[in-house]
Formats: sequence, structure tokens, C-alpha cells
Amino acid sequence: MSPSISTSSPANGNVSAETAAQAARTANTGVQSVTFAKALNTALADAMEHDSAVLMFGEDVGVLGGVFRITDGLTKRFGTGRCFDTPLAESGIVGMAIGMAMNGMRPVIEMQFDAFAYPAFEQIASHVAKMHNRTKGKMPLPMVIRIPYAGGIGGVEHHCDSSEAYYAHTPGLKVFTPSTVKDAYLMLREAIDSPDPVVFMEPKKLYWTKEQVDLESLRLSHETSMVPPTEGKAAIARAGTDATLIAYGPSVSTALAAAEAAALEGRNLEVIDVRTIVPFDDATISESVRKTGRAVVISEAPGFASVASEIVARVQERCFHSLAAPVLRVTGFDTPFPPPKLEKYFLPSVDRILDAVDALQWEEVA
Amino acid sequence: MPLSALSKNHHVVTVTFSFCLQDYRSHAHFSRIFREAGYISVAKPIIELRNGLGSNPQGLLRCHPKSRKAWTVTINESREAMEQVSSKFGITPEDYMLPARTEIHMLDVNGKLHPAGQQGAEPGHEYPLPSPAALLAAYEQLVIGRRVNDQNSALVRQGRMAVYPSSHGQEACQVAAALCLGEDDWMFPTYRDSVAVMAKGVAPMEVMTSFRGDWHSGYDPNQYKVSVQATPLTTQLLHAVGVAHAAKLRGEDTVVLAMCGDGATSEGDFHEALNFAAVFNLPVIFFVQNNQYAISVPLSQQSVAPSLAHKAVGYGMAGERVDGNDLVALLAVLGRAVRLAREGNGPLLVEAHTYRMQAHTNADDATRYREDAEVQAWIAKDPLTRMRSYLADAGLLTEAAEERITASAEAVAKTLRDGMNSEETPDPAELFAYVFSSPTTQLTEQAHMLADELAREEDTK
Repeated sequence: MSPSISTSSPANGNVSAETAAQAARTANTGVQSVTFAKALNTALADAMEHDSAVLMFGEDVGVLGGVFRITDGLTKRFGTGRCFDTPLAESGIVGMAIGMAMNGMRPVIEMQFDAFAYPAFEQIASHVAKMHNRTKGKMPLPMVIRIPYAGGIGGVEHHCDSSEAYYAHTPGLKVFTPSTVKDAYLMLREAIDSPDPVVFMEPKKLYWTKEQVDLESLRLSHETSMVPPTEGKAAIARAGTDATLIAYGPSVSTALAAAEAAALEGRNLEVIDVRTIVPFDDATISESVRKTGRAVVISEAPGFASVASEIVARVQERCFHSLAAPVLRVTGFDTPFPPPKLEKYFLPSVDRILDAVDALQWEEVA
Repeated sequence: MPLSALSKNHHVVTVTFSFCLQDYRSHAHFSRIFREAGYISVAKPIIELRNGLGSNPQGLLRCHPKSRKAWTVTINESREAMEQVSSKFGITPEDYMLPARTEIHMLDVNGKLHPAGQQGAEPGHEYPLPSPAALLAAYEQLVIGRRVNDQNSALVRQGRMAVYPSSHGQEACQVAAALCLGEDDWMFPTYRDSVAVMAKGVAPMEVMTSFRGDWHSGYDPNQYKVSVQATPLTTQLLHAVGVAHAAKLRGEDTVVLAMCGDGATSEGDFHEALNFAAVFNLPVIFFVQNNQYAISVPLSQQSVAPSLAHKAVGYGMAGERVDGNDLVALLAVLGRAVRLAREGNGPLLVEAHTYRMQAHTNADDATRYREDAEVQAWIAKDPLTRMRSYLADAGLLTEAAEERITASAEAVAKTLRDGMNSEETPDPAELFAYVFSSPTTQLTEQAHMLADELAREEDTK
């Protein structure tokens, strides 16, 4: 019953893998409309193609391709050894990733939703964050914890938390959060390359936003180090002169919309995209605020003891003599994230940002 | 790609095939080969890959024997492994997974070998006596372990070490955990497993680094294949699972031994680790030292399971319990577990019944929660005296050997005393150096601030 079947040679196999990679490259070449989700998906595929130690696992990331389809096609292309579903246990996912990183792999793991990551908090705070330090640098943990986070999608309870402060507060974790399609690609590649563990926070409401991007040229730029690193580098999303709006992740687009509205009222606002909360770029932000003399920090997370609070404190410590007004915050309320019908009242809005800008004591200058 | 029939009934034929790692590209790739060979006619046959990208990857093709149409079968590698290994022992998978009715024990409390029929063994749960050379080498580590425990406790009392959770009374478990592993096998110890870490080869003073109050783990985990001693309970079991998973994906035959105590089995990560290891069919030995207490809380308040080893069957893995003060039985049971795991039969859970003869740490007062009579009863089962009696009676332990072993234990104790006597002050600047692979701007600023403070202190002296 066993017919003699010709074995495919290694060469044939390689051709097949090459073909898949080549097909992907061809499809990604040229400026085209690309979603945030597609950029992340391509970054994962390119990283897995680039380095066989890169693995992707989590809940529903295999055949389904992730509930947000960020891992779409990876199992098919790279096999079940490299992109696979795990039992439903977040602490288990993070804990196993730690062991894999200890043993030569570069795991990328997906927490399905922000609030579902909490069972893994002990692994993250006690081990992911501390292993490098505890072993005096002998046991680095190159791993990426991807967390879809924040609201704006009409999500139900436990699906819309802005949990970045927990991670940013924990020494030893880097915290990245892109706000553009281009950064989604580049920052994820950078996070995967990082020798340090990165909590990679993906604003859910941006998954379906589009930009004109050439993914293949981004891949080449990244792999030949032709683009400056984003780590520790805030981006000036909009240049301006009158006041600085400081935002990250899901709030950057709201800040940009507010700046456009303010321009109609004759105020030229600068918008800064923090990009990496840890490490934090004090220099770019301080330079901007010293120039404009006014600042508003915008973030979806509840404002009390938040990343926004930290940014305000840092700006006031560094820019006090340049400030014409106190640095203000526009944040989520100190309530649990509200149900879909109420989230518009909770989230920082263009109007609320403009109100804050209006409150920056302009009359005293005039 | 050689094909051979693995099993056949009227529903389905299973065909196994081997392939080279480089050959694997996709299921579609394999289906095409099968189709072109005329073996199957359907476009998308059910093909399962076993052993992942491991050293001996195999594929399973399942199809209907008559129509040769694909047959939808979900293959569970772990279940297949379980069926194969249990049939090898001639027992059912359930009997393989359930621990033997009593613990496995070989030496009685006086060090006499139990008759073969009274060692707790059952069909499929047989444990041959380890070799005399292995027993003597293990005894040497046992003597050293006891000496290390007592020396360290003395150093704590003298204020020369910050804390030491002693494994006094559990040394047989400590020694067996280390000696059952090969050089490339990993160990994931807890804070009470310092003796096991030393027995795996880590230099005594490196092991004691954090206990003496320094901020880091001392040794390099990669060098010794020993992870840092875990303080949070059972978090390290998942790391063990990850190390084993990575090794398996690369086709290495590494076995990982992950240690925890009885109280720790109540933790969520214990459950997640055992389940992950079983689902991914990973070579991990979960070694539970049931020393009867989690600080003050007795086992009866942690679990009402028939035994901790019985928890294994709930995950689809094999469990066994063993007299944890019987070094001979421990070496036999753990040795077999490592062998089974290395052969690809998945994880195993071994529960050792032992006793923490001393307090949790020097900060604990055990008289508040247990009676002296209970402690005395366990002292009568001391692993050291049992092993010494057995070896002496068997003529394996000569006076000269005993002297040599005592001397090597003394040498380790002296190393510890001398090491703890040397005043080493950690460098405050190092606080900032290893938080990340390179310090952030903020950490550099803080390092400068502390350096400034220290410089000013120097100036005012």
C-alpha cells in the first residue's frame, strides 16, 4: 500500500519558501492603501521570514489569524511550529514565552484584549521585567507582548482598557504604542529586534485606518537600517508654534484633528506623538514646550496616576521657566471604561482638547 | 518519503511518513506530493505533522481505506504518545497516568531494602535498582547537601547571611533532582532548592549570592542550565515549559525538570504549566517536594486530592509518588521519568513525600503550628542515615570512602564560611546597569544623581 513517493529535495523546499516570500514581496511592493492591521501582519511575516527564531503564539492566532486578523496567514506560511494556538491561559502564554526567550527564541505573543492580559501580570512584572536585571544581564528576554488596547470601537466591558500605565510603571519593560500605519510596521519590527522585552500596545480603533505606504520599501529600509530607530524618539506629528499637544497611540489622531480645528481659529498647534512611552523622549517634548510655552497632554486612560500625569510632571520639571500656563491634561475619567453608548462622553474629544487649549491663559499674554 | 501503514480499521487508515526538516514547507506541499504519486485523489487530505520541527519529524496521513478520501481526524500528538507508551508497558493509558496505589519506596526507615514485591511497584510502574556507582555518587552529594544546609543555617544565625530557606530533611530530593539530569538538561529550582542547584554543578558561593543580600542571582543560568531560584510560586514551571518547547522545536532532546512544593500546587501557574506541557507533549518533569507544609499551612488545607501525583491524570500525563526520604527510590523514579520524557512520551509529575525538618526560614517559628512529636517521627526517617546504613550493609561504603566524602563536605562548608566572611559591598552604580540591555536616558540621570550623592558623602567624611 506504500507507493514509492519521490521525496522533495531540500532545494525544492527552499524554492517553495522562497516563492512564498517572493510572492509576499511582490504584493507589498509599491505605494498602496494599507491598513494598520496589514502593516502589523506584514511586520510579523517579515520578521519571521528574516529570523527563524521568531515565533508567534497566543489565543486564536493560528487558523483564525487572530480576532483582529493580525496573524492572518502566518500559520499557513510558516507552519504550526512557528505560529500556533495555545490553551486559553494568559499567564501560561507569557510564562512559556519567557522560557522560549531563555532558550534562544524570540517569541511574539498576543494577549487577545487589554483586560485579558491581567492574569499574566505576575509573569510580566516579576519575570519579564526583571530577568535581565536579576541575572546581571546574562539572561536577556527578547520577547514582544502584543496587546490590542483602548476604546473607540464600541467594545464591551473588559475589552477597552488603557492599561499602559501598569507596564510603564514597571522597571525593565519597554512600552511602545504606534499611531500611524508606517510606525505600526517599523515599531513592531524594532520591538521584535530589541534585546529587551517590549509591551507593544496596539490601539484597536486604528486597526482599520489606512495610509498610502510601500511596505516592501519599509521592509528594506528596516532591514538595512536605513530608517532612524523610533525607540526613545517622539515624533512631531504636526509642527506648530502656539502650544504643544502631547499624545500617544489612539489619542494622536484626536490631537491632530483638534490642531486642524484650532488652525481655523488662528492657533497653530504642534502635535507630538510619544511613540515609545518607555524609553521616554524628554528631549523632543521639552524642546517643543520650551518653544511654544504651552502644553496639553492627551490620553484615553483614566487621568489619576497615569502616563499623562507623568508627562505633565516631567514637562513642568524641565520647562517651568518657559511655561506661560500650567500644563493641562485631557484624559479619560477616573471610572471604569463605559459601555458603548457612553464611550463618546469618556474619550478625549476634539472639543474637550480645544477647551483645554482655550484654558491655557492666553488672555494674560494679550 | 517512505510511507508505512501505522494502523488500519474499517473507518480510517493512518499512514506515517518521515521527512527532512528542510522538506517541510506546507500541508499543500505534501498533499501535492501524495496526489502526484496517485496515493490519494482528494485535493486536501488530512495531514498532521508530529514531533513538530523536531529531530525526527513525522507526518500522519489519514484517509478512508476504500475510497481513499480524506478522513477528518484530529490527531493529538500527546494522546498518541500516551497510547504508545502505555501499550509498551502493557497497561491502559489510565493505568499509565494514575500513580501506583502506594508510593514507590525501596529502603525502609532502617535502610534495609524492601523485598522486590513490596516496593510499591505495579505492572507498568516498575523501577529497577540504580547501579552501586550511581548510589555512592548520590550519597556523596547527600552528605554535602546536609553539610551545606547546616552550615548555611549557622551562618544566618551568626548574621553573616541574610536568609536561608533550608532543605534539611529534603536532601534526598535535592540530590536526585540534580543527578537524574544530563548536562544539557535544564533545572528550574525554587528558593529552597539551593542544594539541588549545587548538585547540578553551580559553585556554592555563586548559589548563595542573593541569599547573602546581593541584588542578582550570582550564576549564569545558561552556563549551568539552571534557572534562577524562583521566589514567586510556580511561575518558573511555565518557564520550564518554554525552555522545553524551544528545544523541541529545534529538535534537541533536552529534558527539563521543574521543581515546586506542595503549597505551590494550589497556584494557577501550576495548572497552566502542567496543561501546556501536556498539550504540547513536552519533555518536562514536574517534581513536587511535598514537605507537608506551606510555611504554616498543612497539606490538608491545600488539597483534598487523593495525592498530588493524582493531579497528573487530569492533564493527561503520568503521575507517580515516591518516598522523598529514600534516595534509592528517588533516583529510580526520577531516572525513569527523565528517560520517558526524553523518548518523547510527554511530561510527567513526580510527587515526593518528605518533610521540612526545620522552620520555613530563620524568621519562622515552627512550634506555633506543629508538634514536636511529628517532627521527631520524621527525624526517624532521615534520608541520610537510611542511605548510609544501606550502603554500609551492602558493602558499598568503605571507611575510606566515608572519610573522603566527609572531607569533601567539609571543604564545601569551608568555602561557604570563607566566602561569607569576606566583606563584599555591592556597587550601587550596578543598580542601573542591567535594568535594560543599555540604560535609558532617565536611568543614566538617576545613576548620576546617586553617584553625586555618594561623592558628596565621601567629601564630608
